Order: sequence, then C-alpha cells, then structure tokens
Amino acid sequence: MSGLALSGVTVAYNGRVVLDGVDVRVPARSWVALIGPNGAGKTTLLRAVAGLVGHSGTIEIGGRPTVGMTRRRLSQLVAFLPQRPVLPEGMSVSDYVSIGRTPYIPYWGTESAEDREVVWEVLERLELVGLADRQIESLSGGESQRAVLARALAQGSEILLLDEPTSALDVGHQQQVLELIDELRVEQGLTVLTALHDLTLAGQFASHLVLLDKGVLVSEGPAREVLTEERIEQHYAATVRVVDQAGAGLTVIPIRTGMLPDKVAVPNE
Amino acid sequence: MIGVGDHPVVVPRPTRVRPRLVVFVLGVVLLSALLGVMVGAVELSFGAVLAEFADRVPGIDVSSGLSDREAAILWELRIPRVVLAGLVGGMLAISGAAFQGVFRNPLADPYLLGVAAGAGLGATLAIAYLPDQGGWPVSPLPLAAFAGAVLGVSVTYVLGRSATRAFAAATLILAGVAVAAFLTATQTFIQQQNTDTFREVFAWILGALSTVGWTEVTLILPYVLVSGAGLLLYRRLLDVMGVGDEEADSVGVSSTRVRLAVVAAATLGTAAAVAVSGLIGFVGIIVPHAIRLVLGSSYRLILPMSLGFGAAFLILADLIARSVLAPAEIPIGVVTAFFGAPFFLLVLSRARRMT
Repeated sequence: MSGLALSGVTVAYNGRVVLDGVDVRVPARSWVALIGPNGAGKTTLLRAVAGLVGHSGTIEIGGRPTVGMTRRRLSQLVAFLPQRPVLPEGMSVSDYVSIGRTPYIPYWGTESAEDREVVWEVLERLELVGLADRQIESLSGGESQRAVLARALAQGSEILLLDEPTSALDVGHQQQVLELIDELRVEQGLTVLTALHDLTLAGQFASHLVLLDKGVLVSEGPAREVLTEERIEQHYAATVRVVDQAGAGLTVIPIRTGMLPDKVAVPNE
Repeated sequence: MIGVGDHPVVVPRPTRVRPRLVVFVLGVVLLSALLGVMVGAVELSFGAVLAEFADRVPGIDVSSGLSDREAAILWELRIPRVVLAGLVGGMLAISGAAFQGVFRNPLADPYLLGVAAGAGLGATLAIAYLPDQGGWPVSPLPLAAFAGAVLGVSVTYVLGRSATRAFAAATLILAGVAVAAFLTATQTFIQQQNTDTFREVFAWILGALSTVGWTEVTLILPYVLVSGAGLLLYRRLLDVMGVGDEEADSVGVSSTRVRLAVVAAATLGTAAAVAVSGLIGFVGIIVPHAIRLVLGSSYRLILPMSLGFGAAFLILADLIARSVLAPAEIPIGVVTAFFGAPFFLLVLSRARRMT
C-alpha cells in the first residue's frame, strides 16, 4: 500500500517561493483535501507530487523518495488530473482512456491485450461503454468528467491527485463525481489527494483537511478542527457560518454582508 | 476478452490502420504513379510500360516494343521524376502532420521552424556565388539548400530553448517566425545584389521537379526512409501529446523529448525534400487535414495515410504541372495550391455536412 508523505517541501517559480516547507501525510487508502484561498499553493503541491515541477524537501511514496524516479515509474504510482484537462478534439472516448495506459506501453509500441482489457474494465466501471466510440468533446460536463477520471484509473496507480475535480460541474454532478471517487477509493484501495474549493464538500468527503495560505500550511486535521468561522475569516477574508448538522457533517454558508438598500425586488406573478 | 453474461464482448481496439485501408492507399499511389509514368509529351502505351516493368523482373524476358529512345524516356526521365514526386510529397505531408501534432496547431506545416527560409537562403547563395555548377561531382544547389534548412531549424531550436529552457510550443513557433524573417531578409538582400540570377532563384522557390533524375532520388532516399520510419514510430505518442505537455508528462512521456525527436526527424526529411524540389507549399497542410476530416484525428491513421496520399497527391500535381502547358511547365507549387485549395474546401464542406 502506498501512502504519501511530504516533508519540508518547498517550490519556487523564478525565485518566488510558492510553497514553503510543507509537511503533509496522506495515509494509504485515505482521502485528504487541500483547501485554501486562490494562490495558496494547492495546485503547486499536487504538481510537485506528480513530478511536474521541481521541489526541495522530500516527497515519498510508500517510503521511497520520488526524486530519482523516472517519469515513467512515477506515473505508474501517481495519476494526476489538472483542473481543466485538455480533451483532444476528435479523439474517441476509448482512445482517450487508453492514454492512461501509456506508462505500461513500450515507448514506440502500442497497447497490449492486457492494456485493452484494463481500458474496457474502466469504461465498464464508469458506465462509459455506450460512449466508447463517441468523440470526447461531444460529451456533457458530467460525462467528460467521468471520462477524465477513467483515464486516471486506467493508469493503474494507487495514488490519485485531483485538482478541483468538480469545478466545472453543477451541484448534482459535483456530488455524483465525488461519491464515485469515494467508492473507487474504497473498492480499489486508492489514496486520494484533492484540491477543493468547496469547503462543505471538502469537509464531507475528505477525512483530513490541509489548509494552505500563501504557500504555508496553516492548519490541518479533521473538518471540525480546521473549518472554523474565525479561520475562514482570517485566511479567505470571507464571512461564513459553519453549521454542524447531525448526520450531514459541516456546512459552510457564506453570509452576505453590507447588503445595499436599493436592491430591486422581482415582483411575484 | 471479458464476458458480459453469456455474451462475450469484444474489447474495443485502439484506432489503427486496417489492412483494407493499406490496400486502398497503396492502390491510389500505384495508380497515380502509373498515370504519371504514362502521360507525357511522348505517348507510351500501357501495355508497353507494363512489359518494360515485367522485363526488369529477374527470370522474365519480354519485349515491350519500345524504341531505345522511348525506353530511355521511361527509365531516365519519367520514372525517377514520379518516384521523386512521391518521395517529396509523402515526406512533406507526413512532416506537416507530425508538426501539427507536436505543436497542437492546425496551421503548422513543415516549413514552420525555418526550414523554408534556411533552404531559400542556401539555394540563393549557391545560385548567386557558385554560378558554374557543372564542375562539381554533385550539384551544390541541393546541398546548400539542405544545409541552410537544417541550420535554420537548429538556430530556431537553440533560440527557443534559451528563452524558456523548456521548448514550449509557442516559444518555438515564435523563434521560428523570427529566424525565418531574418533568413528571408538576408536572402532578399543577396538576391538584390545579384539581379542576374533573380529568375533562377524565383523558379527554385516556386518548386520544380523538372531537372531531376536518379541522382536526386538516391540523394534524398536515405533521408526520407529514416525520417518517415522515425516519424511513424511516434504515431501513438503524438496522440498522447494531444492532451497537452503537462498531462503527457504526467503519464510518463517527456513532451519536450518527443517534440525534439519529431522536429529533428521531420526537419531532416523536409530539408532533403526541399533540397531537390524547391519550396512546394500546401502539401504539408492540406493532405493531413483532408485525411483528418475523413478518417478522424488519430495520428495512428494520419501519419501513415499522409505518407501515402501525400505521395499520390504530388505525383498527380506534377503530372498536371508538366502537361497542362506542355512543353512548358507550370511551377508545381502553383499547381498544389491551385488544385489543392478547391479540393480541400470540398472535403471541408462535406465533412461539415457529415457531422
């Protein structure tokens, strides 16, 4: 089982430090969510784990440091989905999902029978079989998010890094996608690290939250410890109510302040 | 195969070239080649041409009935010209397709990174300053054009690297634009200084296959074989590159390395093609796009099909170039654009209706 451990991870772009000595532990089979305002360093942290940006400090997968691993080896261990994945125009859904098998295919080679079976299983699991021949750009938002997830699953890695996997979806599809990720986590023993903007969803789905602000880890722990009204005010400059509803977890509700008096009312018909 | 209930389900295969398609494209190439060989100022009958081919097969002895002069026209003029048109057309088309894939830019063509401007400068220098080309063992013009082309792209690559250290697609294209502008300016200046060779340079730039024989074929064959085979190896990786550099990197493919290898292979092949044929425009753009519109966007299809249809396209274009105003020749670059553009628009409008 491959857990993920970051210690003292620092990333700088052109001399500007965007992630500063962060320690994060993601135990195997758990779901940890990175939260924090825009520019906090959530995406940078995910990219550092995926080997897409250089870092100092250590990142270990199952106890082995990622520095020195080949790109191919790392991509067998870690699948990364950016916030806005590129969907190549004209590519069929099954060809797109097959791209996930790249770390196992010889450099100039082509998919083996085993690769094709894995792709088929993933398509089946994510209910994409009926869409396998469709062009990827013709899918709806929810369907294409499932196709993107299918590509990551086809990669067969135990660690899934998802950058805002629900940012383009409506509330219903947000819930469905996150529930699907959670089912897959349990079923296939995945370790999940996501960046999430929606604090309520982050608290509901992740067992552990990591709050970053300006590249620094400012708080971590279960949702009840991290999501306090004061802390959200301090780091997001947002006025919220945090409601703890029995059975439904925490709900973070933004409160409108300074409402203007001349708001035009819409008359009832 | 995974069974669903009692009904086995066939696991979908990734997009690939089906044998029927290979037979079709080979048929098109052969047919165009045969047309190219038979049509010309001196009429050669179909039967006689076939008999000449059969006669060359070891163990078969047939008389074609062609005179020595006719046989010489066939073997020393027509066939090398058709073979060369095929090699150049296939090379330009597959290079264009590869450039479009590796830069994710539908307007990319093999001349994008300075091949054309470099070759133009090389050819102009050779024409202007080496006027007596008879004394050389090999004509210096193609060598100078080839060297210019490779130099042009190398400079682009070095500049594209120093700007970002990472060969980002946009930086490379911009560097290519700057290098091409500089080389073209230099070329124009040299041309202005040597107005007596103006016409020769202009004819070369518009492209021509009129002076070719087996020497040119043997000159470019190794490059076309190595580049073509090299590019075909990258057909699946070009599909992977479709998801963008970062995502390609995240599935274990170094996008910068793929780009370097593809650009190097396409440049060598294009430089060789340009060296013997001048600058033939449009092939590298319309052939891959026509294939894309009909067969879909996978490079597993586009690359091999571009090789075949590019060859057939240029063989036919050359046929038109030398027969419409015979005995005069139209520059082949004029033909590829004149007939290629309407054909391309036809394919474009049909594909729109299908979707």
